[in-house]
Amino acid sequence: MSKFNLHNQYKAIVIGGSAGSFQVINKILNGLPSDFDLPVIMCLHRLKHVRHGFVEALNIKSSITIEEPSDKDGIKKGKIYLAPSNYHLCIELGNAFSLSTEEMVNNSRPSIDITLETASYVYKNKLIGILLSGANRDGALGMKRIKDRGGLTIVQDPSECMIDTMPAAAMKVTHIDHVLSAQQILELLLELHKKIKI
Amino acid sequence: MNEVEIADLRRLTEVIREKYNYDFSNYAMSSFRRRIQRVLELYKFSSVDALLKRLQDEPRFVKEFVSEVTVNVTEMFRDPSFWRELRDHVLPNILLNTQSISIWHAGCSSGEEVFSMAILLREMGILNKCKIIATDLDADIIQRAKSGVYPLKNMELNQKNYVRFQGQASLDKYYREEQGKVLMDKSLIEHVSFREHNLVSGAAFSKFDLVLCRNVMIYFNQTLQNNVLKLFHESLFKYGYLVVGSKESLIWCEIANKFIVVNNEEKIYKKVKD
Repeated sequence: MSKFNLHNQYKAIVIGGSAGSFQVINKILNGLPSDFDLPVIMCLHRLKHVRHGFVEALNIKSSITIEEPSDKDGIKKGKIYLAPSNYHLCIELGNAFSLSTEEMVNNSRPSIDITLETASYVYKNKLIGILLSGANRDGALGMKRIKDRGGLTIVQDPSECMIDTMPAAAMKVTHIDHVLSAQQILELLLELHKKIKI
Repeated sequence: MNEVEIADLRRLTEVIREKYNYDFSNYAMSSFRRRIQRVLELYKFSSVDALLKRLQDEPRFVKEFVSEVTVNVTEMFRDPSFWRELRDHVLPNILLNTQSISIWHAGCSSGEEVFSMAILLREMGILNKCKIIATDLDADIIQRAKSGVYPLKNMELNQKNYVRFQGQASLDKYYREEQGKVLMDKSLIEHVSFREHNLVSGAAFSKFDLVLCRNVMIYFNQTLQNNVLKLFHESLFKYGYLVVGSKESLIWCEIANKFIVVNNEEKIYKKVKD
């Protein structure tokens, strides 16, 4: 049974989240199988001056160890990455990250728009973008880029979000393929996992 | 909006290299592409070709272009724990072996780190014993660094960093306010030598006990990073220190075995082999 009609060509998943997304992220990370094959790249708004603690907190519930990449680190299958504090996280050609201390975007560094945009430039239609609960509009344009380049766009159902500004903003600027609850997002990823493993 | 493609970047870097001797061909694609996109929007160029034409027709424009393409976002005492480490361990260690410390700020941008260093050294009582050279490829930004004038609105973050650094005084001891700007105490940098130097093409020009190059090489690809790290190795005395940004690393590079990690958290390395 295939609920979401996914193909098996996807190369990466990017997730953006802000206020109210922590529990959703935890639920997703907790539910992913430890042999989940695609890289998951997360850009979550966080305190700029606190370098430590966040990735450790996320790791408690995650079945796969989450890393904060260093500049030019390779992007590997089956790994989960988190944008470090006070840096933008960009995707380079050749499956690698690069970091940037450029101006804040939407009052944010890391900015979700930057991670989503650079990922969509590299992965084109082989990218899945997921935008969760959040209180500003960061990520909306990034989701539009993903859609324009043929990727799959998913937002957390605004009615379920603690703060729905972020997914609602994305729904305004582009077509969203799936509006899902946290539970359904996890189900979609599990369906994708099965597709890829076959 | 016009999308900047990789082919556009190639055409641009070629023209700028051949005509003006600035080589951006080994800059990291994702950020360079965004910087070019930004220049197009800022100057309302309809396309990369329009930008190319302006660059070819108007040699003076290239300086402005370089200023806009390079990233000049910086803070005083960014990563306060690093500055504490420098004050409490690295500098005292250097002082065991030498009376006068030579320091190179490579890619000094608008000078926030140079002022941070000068404040730290003055609070240690050794500013007069230090020879500081600060370089950047952008002549305009060097002028800004020398002027020591910053927007008042930046000072809230700088002050917070200084408090976390646990400085001896209060940061406002080192500047005065005037019409929405702050004027730094210029005596802090009276012995700092500012120079134009491009890490891409510039040669080693002196030897140092300490080289700081934090969050500069993140805009380069690994080929260029490798070359620049060789330049730093050449520019350091044996047992001199190299500091890069908190999310940069030396472990992968060709000359990694000539350095040891002094503090992995703050990315402080020490040259142990010539």
